Amino acid sequence: MKSYKSDKKYLYADRKDKNHKGKFLMSMRFDISGGNLDSAGEASSTIKSKLKQLGIGYSIIRRVAIASYETEMNIVLHANRGTLSVYVAEDHIKIIAVDEGPGIPNVELAMQEGYSTATEQIREMGFGAGMGLPNMKKCSDQFEIHSDIGKGTKVMIVIFF
Amino acid sequence: MRDIYHSVTLDKDKCRGCTNCIKNCPTEAIRVRGGKAAILKSKCIDCGECIRICPHHAKIASTDDLKTLSNYKYNIAIPAPAFYSQFSEDIDINILLNALKAIGFDYVYEVAEAAERVSIAITNYLKKNDRTAPSISSSCPAIIRLIQVRFPELIENIIPINSPMEIAGKKAREYGVQLGYRDKDIGVFFITPCPAKVTSILRPVGVKKSYINGAFSITQIYSEIIKKLSSINEADLENLQKSSGQGIIWGVSGGEKHAVDYGNRLSVDGIHNVINVLEEVEMGKLNNMDYIECQACIGGCIGGALTVENRFIARIKLERIARRYGQKFSVDCDEVLADYKKGEYFLKEEIKPKPIQPLDKNLGRAVEKMKHMEKILEDLPGLDCGACGAPNCQALAEDIVRGYAQELDCIIILKERVNELAEKMVALSKTVPPAMGIKEPEEEGTNNWD
Ligand SMILES: Nc1ncnc2c1ncn2[C@@H]1O[C@H](COP(=O)(O)OP(=O)(O)OP(=O)(O)O)[C@@H](O)[C@H]1O
Ligand code: SF4
Ligand code: SF4
Ligand SMILES: [Mg+2]
Repeated sequence: MKSYKSDKKYLYADRKDKNHKGKFLMSMRFDISGGNLDSAGEASSTIKSKLKQLGIGYSIIRRVAIASYETEMNIVLHANRGTLSVYVAEDHIKIIAVDEGPGIPNVELAMQEGYSTATEQIREMGFGAGMGLPNMKKCSDQFEIHSDIGKGTKVMIVIFF
Repeated sequence: MRDIYHSVTLDKDKCRGCTNCIKNCPTEAIRVRGGKAAILKSKCIDCGECIRICPHHAKIASTDDLKTLSNYKYNIAIPAPAFYSQFSEDIDINILLNALKAIGFDYVYEVAEAAERVSIAITNYLKKNDRTAPSISSSCPAIIRLIQVRFPELIENIIPINSPMEIAGKKAREYGVQLGYRDKDIGVFFITPCPAKVTSILRPVGVKKSYINGAFSITQIYSEIIKKLSSINEADLENLQKSSGQGIIWGVSGGEKHAVDYGNRLSVDGIHNVINVLEEVEMGKLNNMDYIECQACIGGCIGGALTVENRFIARIKLERIARRYGQKFSVDCDEVLADYKKGEYFLKEEIKPKPIQPLDKNLGRAVEKMKHMEKILEDLPGLDCGACGAPNCQALAEDIVRGYAQELDCIIILKERVNELAEKMVALSKTVPPAMGIKEPEEEGTNNWD
């Protein structure tokens, strides 16, 4: 298993809960199907409008929106199927995306701005700038990505209020 | 019109409570209560969709009465570029502006000219590298309000430059002062295609006080102008038409995008389309764009709710007129640039967010209410019929947890409850007290009582 650490102060899975003191409040879960561009972005849209109703600060919402949209689109464009879950706690929001798909052979490389394996066809639709993962990382306070080649990819993002 | 917050209001006598408007309001700002529509002021963006849709003409836009002109010593009309597209194409624009003047003004200053200035200012603003991309145009007040209410996080993307209307107001005022009038004796009136502009004059965003005193709608003065057009004397014509096509074209969607000259530009019209695009901006999807022109009305201001001409015909006309007046700016670009550098084009006040009320101020309680809301929604029929007075089941569920409505407002649920009750009543009516003595069981030979 390859894993990637964000250069921000970052904690491994076994320690991360220490940093999340806020009480868990609710979760939302969405099934995302790979290749389905018709409903692409719908999960992120729903997440966004729910967070607005909850009165979450809008600079936080903007970061969550970008992060969840990019994770959602990566599943749609690069994986077979997956789930996008959002956990709302008193002091943070956690996004977890898990997919079944080809996985990422070189995570270090995929994290670089501009790196993309998107086909010409996907690029024509306006995706594949290779900015998704770097942008996700920029939006998050904690960022983790694990990939198993041939099996799938897991992304965890935490954004503190 | 002074004491109201929104130009768009309801004529209660005409409203039949038909629910046509509630479904078309882009911000779900309308509910029907007690058989009459009611607009939620905190949500309305004055886009005018409901004025267009109401079959009973019960949604109205308040504007000024022409009599207000008598309050000022010197009156200046500032017509929106869309105004030019409302009449026969054979009419020379200068003659049209003279006819406008003749209905009671002392002078006419074209918003189209101000639009040229604003185009130059925006082009320069876009060259800044510390702006938040994509920059969103600030000319349509319905869009500004939409962003304040629904996309507050995008306020920093709005170009902090005054709209052509405000710049025109400022220039017109300066002109009056030059002639020797005191500021308070100068009346500047916008000839408006829409209610959103009227609201933005009364409740300006980004400036403390509007340079404009009031507004008359195109529909309101249309027949007056037609009358004047037939009696105008060519010999008395004043030279009022100065603008070029670069400013005139602002009246149609795509016009701003055309007149502004920098980077990657996108133009979106129609409030529902704009909402879709802003959603994408929110998700960081359009970061490669420099400039997004957003207009609430389909076709741009020529499609405003207070215009007369069919918007598709108006578009063709305005495009032809713009071509006639050329691509070369009529204003002195260096002067505009110098003023821009002095900060004269910039908004003086912050644009404040006006986000919708959260379900609760406390996050924990808001979450509880959201869960409750989802439970209610599961029980609602999902028909989105609007008979409850809310635009859809989701909105009713939200209204219920916010305490503005109740589950029995849903006629399907009401019917179910009535059915349940009816069944109970039937059942009840069949159970007869033993003391009354029933014969039937005996006849059927099933009487085991003795
Ligand atoms: N969930 C995933 N499964 C498999 N491969 C992935 C996944 N997410 C990302 N990748 C790989 O990492 C590369 C970089 O991803 P990133 O999101 O940064 O860019 P992109 O998706 O190619 O383009 P953009 O996000 O700008 O539209 C992708 O091209 C793809 O090869
Ligand atoms: S003007 Fe627009 S926002 Fe206001 S109530 Fe009518 S449709 Fe809704
Ligand atoms: S597009 Fe023009 S006419 Fe329509 S609401 Fe906006 S400013 Fe008014
Ligand atoms: Mg991506």
